[in-house]
Amino acid sequence: MNIVACVKQVPDTEAQIKVKPDGSGIEEGGIKWVMNPYDEFGVEEALRLKEKNGGEVTIVNVGPARAMETIRTALAMGADKGIHICDPAFDGADAFATASALAAAIKGIPHDIIFCGQRAIDDDSGQVGAILAELLGIPQITVVTKFEFAGSSVKVIRPIEGAQLLIECPLPCLVTAQKGLNEPRYASLPGIMKAKKKPVDVKDAASLGVTVTANARVAKFIPPPARAAGKIICGDDPATKARELARLLREEAKVI
Amino acid sequence: MAKGVWIVAEQRDGAFRKISFELASTARKLADVLGEEVCAVLCGSGIEGIAGQLGKYGVDRVFVADSPALEPYTTDAHAAAVAKVVKENDPAILLLGASTQGKDLSARLVGKLVTGLATDCTDVKIADGKLLAIRPMYAGKCFGEVVFSTFPQMASLRPNVFPAVENAKAGAVVKFDPALDAGQLKTKVLEVQKDTSGKADLTEANMIVSGGRGMKGPEGYAILEELAAVLGATVGASRAAVDAGWRPQSDQVGQTGKIVSPNLYIACGVSGAIQHLAGMSSSKIIVAINKDAEAPIFTKADYGIVDDLFKIIPEFTQECKKLLA
Ligand SMILES: Cc1cc2nc3c(=O)[nH]c(=O)nc-3n(C[C@H](O)[C@H](O)[C@H](O)COP(=O)(O)OP(=O)(O)OC[C@H]3O[C@@H](n4cnc5c(N)ncnc54)[C@H](O)[C@@H]3O)c2cc1C
Ligand SMILES: Nc1ncnc2c1ncn2[C@@H]1O[C@H](COP(=O)(O)O)[C@@H](O)[C@H]1O
Repeated sequence: MNIVACVKQVPDTEAQIKVKPDGSGIEEGGIKWVMNPYDEFGVEEALRLKEKNGGEVTIVNVGPARAMETIRTALAMGADKGIHICDPAFDGADAFATASALAAAIKGIPHDIIFCGQRAIDDDSGQVGAILAELLGIPQITVVTKFEFAGSSVKVIRPIEGAQLLIECPLPCLVTAQKGLNEPRYASLPGIMKAKKKPVDVKDAASLGVTVTANARVAKFIPPPARAAGKIICGDDPATKARELARLLREEAKVI
Repeated sequence: MAKGVWIVAEQRDGAFRKISFELASTARKLADVLGEEVCAVLCGSGIEGIAGQLGKYGVDRVFVADSPALEPYTTDAHAAAVAKVVKENDPAILLLGASTQGKDLSARLVGKLVTGLATDCTDVKIADGKLLAIRPMYAGKCFGEVVFSTFPQMASLRPNVFPAVENAKAGAVVKFDPALDAGQLKTKVLEVQKDTSGKADLTEANMIVSGGRGMKGPEGYAILEELAAVLGATVGASRAAVDAGWRPQSDQVGQTGKIVSPNLYIACGVSGAIQHLAGMSSSKIIVAINKDAEAPIFTKADYGIVDDLFKIIPEFTQECKKLLA
């Protein structure tokens, strides 16, 4: 089985995000870069699938030179090889451009199942998986919390508002991973050593034949609106405080 | 020239989801600035009868595809149907809900229509005749203003943020043939397991009562459930509570959980870690109950009580009961 997992490198969830004074982007100094948490679930599921059914796991990334570290992390977890699409032209690329690059790379290799994260926690756009599936002409099932391989098809659970769907889909297909899918493993020390020798193919936009678009572009980054300082409710006992809170929510905030 | 503001309306089991009216009202506002028409696409089976309801919220025309293949929702069928009618009519703007369905569908449409999409927007406006979409990024740690260079300019709107306002227009029904090719419909919904709690999903809830590690254990949530029942709220949780197995994964609020924007968010025994704040700071009113006055949750709270939640919540529930009686 040929399995592909797309991984993005993103700021650690602890990162404080500061907007550059001119609004052109965020300050990258001091940020710790990690694998997108949802991609960890995708890589883990890919590895489990390989361990059960045989085959190979290929990691694909579009990102700057530093993103090689994230590819190596996935290889250290147990993936077999990587494709690193590294080209400054992709800085600020939109979801369509990123998906086009991924599609161009993945078209060139056999692929039965592709895993993506349900969203990247930097741009929070949750688009790349679905666009990639469309460009490859294969079905998608997004935001999956349970995955089962059943020979020539997959059966997955997709939670929606107020219900869970059991969905079946033939191969090849693309699945986007949601928290709850599995518990991602940590890379072992031998895994890290082995990863150094695993092959990673580095490509640029020209060698893939993709043009970088910006159909939707963040023209300006802005800091979040500041919240006015809140009120701490004082009182002699819990009952007094609780009564005052209820009163404020009703009379001042008018929400209950 | 691309023209008109379009929405993809969302229905389930023959009833509109609230987001459909939020989309219609927002589209109306944009269309009035442009002096253009609002059209909706509605897909499903046996739904022609409800289509006209969209007129009440400002929709001029509703394009309806009615076919058994469109119920329940699958990406394959809905994306094919919507892409077809959109290509035939060339709208300037296409809005969807940032619901589970809308997110799935909108992204697939970006591929089919070769265009750009701003996901989960909290504001949209017209600037220089074009769409300007404002959306939280990095889980709300910053915002981005998105501009477009292709048509349709697509945005998905965060549920519960845009008001649904009545503004009656024709709501004329136009039927279209989705021309679905059975060979293209690959995914099948085998089973729909409905949540029987009757509670609104966190992403759609008007009020959320959320508990963290301070709840001490799964039993601690009984007092939150009671308060939620009085308020008509949905119960949420921090990741610490979910990872401890006290609450299901679907209850998690935060950067790796659900991003919520209720009118009222009451955080109980939640410290307010950056990943938690990221998921709830767009709530309209935030209340924090925590015994540690230094807890970061107080930096986001409109109202705070520094005390033992096990003493405050039961009293507060009684007060609410009295007020709402
Ligand atoms: C990659 C990653 C992703 C993450 N994603 C998320 C996410 O999506 N959502 C999320 O919530 N977290 C997330 N976290 C975890 C986050 O960092 C915190 O660990 C978590 O939010 C803490 O949960 P908590 O506030 O319930 O617990 P704690 O931080 O332990 O806080 C408990 C609070 O309860 C108070 N308390 C205790 N007893 C009482 C009492 N009797 N009365 C009143 N107050 C009391 C304490 O003073 C304390 O402030 C993530 C972490 C990582 C690394
Ligand atoms: N630059 C990238 N390189 C590799 N995979 C990506 C990249 N951007 C997005 N993805 C994949 O698409 C998913 C959704 O990303 P996004 O649409 O940016 O939220 C991620 O979880 C990744 O699996």
